Amino acid sequence: MSDILLDIRDLSIIYATDDGVTEALNGACLQLRKGESLGLVGETGAGKTTLARGIMRLIPNPPGKIVSGQVFYDGRDIMELSEKEMCALRGRQISMIFQDPMTSLNPVMTVGEQIREVIITHHPNLSKAESRKQAEEMLEMVGIVASRYDDYPHQFSGGMKQRVVIAIALACNPQLLIADEPTTALDVTIQAQVLEMIHGLKVKNNTAMLLITHDLGVVAQNCDTVAIIYAGEIVEYGTLQQVYKNILHPYTEGLFGSVPRLETNSKRLAAIDGMMPDPTALPKGCKFAERCKYATDRCRAELPDMYELEDGHKVRCFRYEKEAQ
Amino acid sequence: MAGTTNEILRVEHLKKYFPVPNGMLHAVDDISFTLERGKTLGVVGESGCGKSTMGRAILRLHEPTSGSVVFDGQDVVAMNKAQLKALRRDMQIVFQDPFASLNPRMTVGEAIAAPLLVQKLYERKDKDGIQKRVREIMDMVGLAPRLINTYPHELDGGRRQRIGIARALALKPKFIVCDEPVSALDVSIQAQILNLMQDLQDNLGLTYLFVTHDLSVVKYISDDILVMYLGQMVEKAPADKLFSKPMHPYTQALLSAIPIPDPDKPMNRITMKGEITSPVNPGTGCRFAKRCPYATEACTSQDMVLTEPEADHFVTCLRVQRGEI
Repeated sequence: MSDILLDIRDLSIIYATDDGVTEALNGACLQLRKGESLGLVGETGAGKTTLARGIMRLIPNPPGKIVSGQVFYDGRDIMELSEKEMCALRGRQISMIFQDPMTSLNPVMTVGEQIREVIITHHPNLSKAESRKQAEEMLEMVGIVASRYDDYPHQFSGGMKQRVVIAIALACNPQLLIADEPTTALDVTIQAQVLEMIHGLKVKNNTAMLLITHDLGVVAQNCDTVAIIYAGEIVEYGTLQQVYKNILHPYTEGLFGSVPRLETNSKRLAAIDGMMPDPTALPKGCKFAERCKYATDRCRAELPDMYELEDGHKVRCFRYEKEAQ
Repeated sequence: MAGTTNEILRVEHLKKYFPVPNGMLHAVDDISFTLERGKTLGVVGESGCGKSTMGRAILRLHEPTSGSVVFDGQDVVAMNKAQLKALRRDMQIVFQDPFASLNPRMTVGEAIAAPLLVQKLYERKDKDGIQKRVREIMDMVGLAPRLINTYPHELDGGRRQRIGIARALALKPKFIVCDEPVSALDVSIQAQILNLMQDLQDNLGLTYLFVTHDLSVVKYISDDILVMYLGQMVEKAPADKLFSKPMHPYTQALLSAIPIPDPDKPMNRITMKGEITSPVNPGTGCRFAKRCPYATEACTSQDMVLTEPEADHFVTCLRVQRGEI
């Protein structure tokens, strides 16, 4: 299967601190085909960003450590690459958009130069005029007039800054774009503009995308496949239709119940009680058992496997054990 | 709009301008509405539209530039300091950021007791009485009694926001301005807090002014919704009506930009040009005209008038004024 661009196998990442070992990510398995968009949905502290940084090998060590697993990018195991090879990959093949456009730009460098920096890093033979021209084209592509090349980040609004960040990420036509909450800091109308723009650029360059978000609506409108992550574990994984139309995992059910729906006039939200467990003291069994209305003694004692149903829809819950066999 | 006995708040021609180096920033510009006891008015708009400033101007946390605020028959704007302090018992506010709005050096118990002491409802010596009342309030907002001696940094966002709500409730107010109370929280925690706020409203007969940028949340919690754009009210209607029949082009564009968490319901987004412009010296005419697909010359040459095309549905748009829609 050569069209698989990214294949994450059993990736586990920990942070060892004075307060104990945080199991940030546990046995994550995900696949992403060329040109496809995968939505990774979860709440604060679920391990979304850790997963993204793991793919980029940007886990700060110490305290972070990739304890096991492999990440195949285009057939090559990223974990085996030298730091030099990795640097060639970052920004050129795999690019990342960080959450906060306000802090991910350098305040003392013009936005144009920040885009050009990526271009000359990966194409050192370009002349200054050529690289500047390319950077200007990128600005235009994200809808900012090239005449603003010499402006500084503080002269832009939040939505424009995020577009500059996107221009930086896409400057070298990467094959894979990791977008970590790219629109969370933006207003809904600007969010729509930015997402539409990312989508347009993706289609144009056939870029695959890992979209990290907590917004189920954003995923529904932008992704092909979805993974739901809870307390460091992928609990449900399938196509958009599978996950949205046939919710299996109780946590996914809770997430959907927590979002006020526009089309119905519900008077009360079906909230999930309690909170995510402390990542330094995760329960032995299912991580969600404590908050789950279906939990049994077995759930608290034993960690469920990722069961795969006939249609390929995967879920980490004992309730589907029989169905999967 | 004749005053009814059920009316708790009447705001008329409220303005709040801030002097800035290059002119006057029209944060809130001529807003009028009434609010009935026990109801929730949702205020939505993009960041910078003046929605928070309006909430604060009503409480006189910002001194209004002009206009009147009548709360329970009393003219709030004309009050002196002592009267205003007494009024604080009836009017409270819950702030957006549960991380910044609590004193890090006060325990949960002290933070909740503070308003009781400031308003001299209890003698400082009456430790038992204060404890009893604090525990009552903690119970009301779902904070476990064991947390009474913890500090805010030991608690998660959801619990901190419960403290914020507890502080607002301590004085048994009639009216609470909720300034983005759930936007810093994860969806599952957000649902818990929204449910709590609804229960409190039902049990205590509270009236809310609920400021938010989240349109799904505002529809869920509000009876009426007021849409703001650059300091002005562009539309106000009962929640269902606003969503089923938005009349102002801005409201229409805003609603169409919400990503729906259903893959079978693709968005039908109305493209809006540009971003929210500056509220400094905005000039005459409709402030949305620059981004409006229907704008004509007449829109910028004259000031808009608030019209009521249907009962309880207010719109500020020339097309509505002329009866074109």
